Amino acid sequence: MAQSKPYSRLNVSDRLFDIGNVLFMIVVLIVTLYPFLHVLALSFNDSVDTVRGGITIFPREFTLENYKVILTKDSLLTAFVVSVSRTVVGTILGLIACSMVAYTLSRRDFQARKLVSVILLLTLYVSGGLIPVFLLFRDLGLLNTFWVYVLPGMVGAFYVFVIRSFMDNLPHELQESAKLDGANDFGIYARIILPLCKPVLATIALFLAVGQWNSWFDTYLYNGSSPHLTTLQFELVKILQSTQTSIEQARFNNVAQQAQFVSPDSIKMAITIVTIVPILLVYPFLQRYFVKGLTLGAVKS
Amino acid sequence: MKANTQAAQPVPGRKAGTNRFWFVFKQQKLLYLMSMPFVAWVIVFQYVPLWGWTIAFQNYKPARSFFEQEWVGLKHFRELLQDERFYLALKNTLAMSVMGLIVGFTVPILFAVLLNELRWKKFKSLTQTISYLPHFVSWVVVAGLVYKMLSLEDGGLNQLLMWLGAIDQPIQFMAKGEWFWGIVVLSDLWKEMGWNSIIFLAAISAVDPHLYEAAKVDGAGRWRQIWHVTLPGIRAVIIVLLILSIGNLISIGFEKQYLLGNHLVVDYAEVLDLYALKYGLQLSRFSFGTAIGIFNSMVALLLVFTANALFKRYSNESVV
Repeated sequence: MAQSKPYSRLNVSDRLFDIGNVLFMIVVLIVTLYPFLHVLALSFNDSVDTVRGGITIFPREFTLENYKVILTKDSLLTAFVVSVSRTVVGTILGLIACSMVAYTLSRRDFQARKLVSVILLLTLYVSGGLIPVFLLFRDLGLLNTFWVYVLPGMVGAFYVFVIRSFMDNLPHELQESAKLDGANDFGIYARIILPLCKPVLATIALFLAVGQWNSWFDTYLYNGSSPHLTTLQFELVKILQSTQTSIEQARFNNVAQQAQFVSPDSIKMAITIVTIVPILLVYPFLQRYFVKGLTLGAVKS
Repeated sequence: MKANTQAAQPVPGRKAGTNRFWFVFKQQKLLYLMSMPFVAWVIVFQYVPLWGWTIAFQNYKPARSFFEQEWVGLKHFRELLQDERFYLALKNTLAMSVMGLIVGFTVPILFAVLLNELRWKKFKSLTQTISYLPHFVSWVVVAGLVYKMLSLEDGGLNQLLMWLGAIDQPIQFMAKGEWFWGIVVLSDLWKEMGWNSIIFLAAISAVDPHLYEAAKVDGAGRWRQIWHVTLPGIRAVIIVLLILSIGNLISIGFEKQYLLGNHLVVDYAEVLDLYALKYGLQLSRFSFGTAIGIFNSMVALLLVFTANALFKRYSNESVV
């Protein structure tokens, strides 16, 4: 095809390509980062001053007042504690459950292996839907309890299969020799297999933790009438919806009513930042694990 | 000691007959103990709700037991098919899931290809790391950011467009129904593009570098290298992931629509799940809501099969 192109001309077009590509990536970076930086700036800006508008990525009148306001608000403090607890408890329970089931599935000699796999596999494709699940939780007495956050999602079929495929790649001789040393099946799992599974467990822990930390709909649906079980994300949803109300009311120009519903912008932004920060703290530590994990998956398939 | 007793037992394979099951069962009782409680768990939380589908065929009254319920056949489904709002929700669901599939699948491939072409490695890994970031924040936060960016008074997009002179008056994006689908699809793209590109990048890194050398010798420019080496090189991964994401059409979800929607755009934002929530659960019409849920599953399955059939017809690869 393009055999006859002179090398120098090719080089110019190559360079143009590179420049265009770098510019494109810079646009991507700006589009990704700007909203975060803007919100960060607003959260540190004096809330009265914010109303004047025109703030980009630097606060104009720096203050910690917004954070002081939200950190002394009782409902938000409760929400923070509940969010942290459900994340910690949910992640730990989920890791134990998923890794234990995964271990039994990785044992080729396990009698019920097929049965357990099929039961788990089907859950990836079928689900009962909103209302049957709601009724089940009601019948089990899970409504308005902390446990509705951590129990239903404890055994995630997808996570079980990911951990199991990692275990399948561990050298089999390890288990044999442990058995000869007198370890029972549980001992092999706890003392030999789990320590070797650190990379995959870290990845799954990240997924579980992010899922727990970020979910709000279960609070809305099952614990909406229990203020002591509220979560940070749910509080943020409530605040966001008050913003929507203001959009609707903007049509009627009812300023007094608007002010009543809407908390100052800067305070909203401070809550947003508080819900993002924990993820940002964990993310760099676990990043290498999940990139490696996903990469391996791609190369294999 | 223990090792001795174990070695003395006959190997399971050698022992035939009906006792074998119980023999192995006893030997593996710890494995059973480690898995069966969780299997029971899955049955309770994932399978029991399927049984709940029966209430779509009843006039479900919470106070009555299963045998005391009044069976009404397809009444709720007929009611559903006569409701105009149902068709609206169906249209929105189909539109947003198909648009989301097209955009959400092709752009990450493009992004991965372009990332791979970056020569300055530090810049490449920085861009990559930052592009994953939005994947980890919740839809609640993303919806808040979208509202902020598109807002009338202080929104970044309005400011930019005014500055560029593209518009004279700020646009109230979130109040215009006809923008809603686009806003949902683009904010989804913003959130997941980087994350979804990881797997393509990995596949690209597995492409044989000699092929690029050969293409260069043949005088291929960068675009030609991408077209003739990179894309064919990751073709298998693209197909596998396309099938997977077609499978994910099932989970259309409603989080984005719930969080980004408002009363002004409700005609474009209402999807089947939201419809079930609003006209089923919130009004305590459990039977009607369940009927919507069943219909939702059927639509999802239909989407998957249609997509799969189209895919089979227009590609030479044999899949599924």
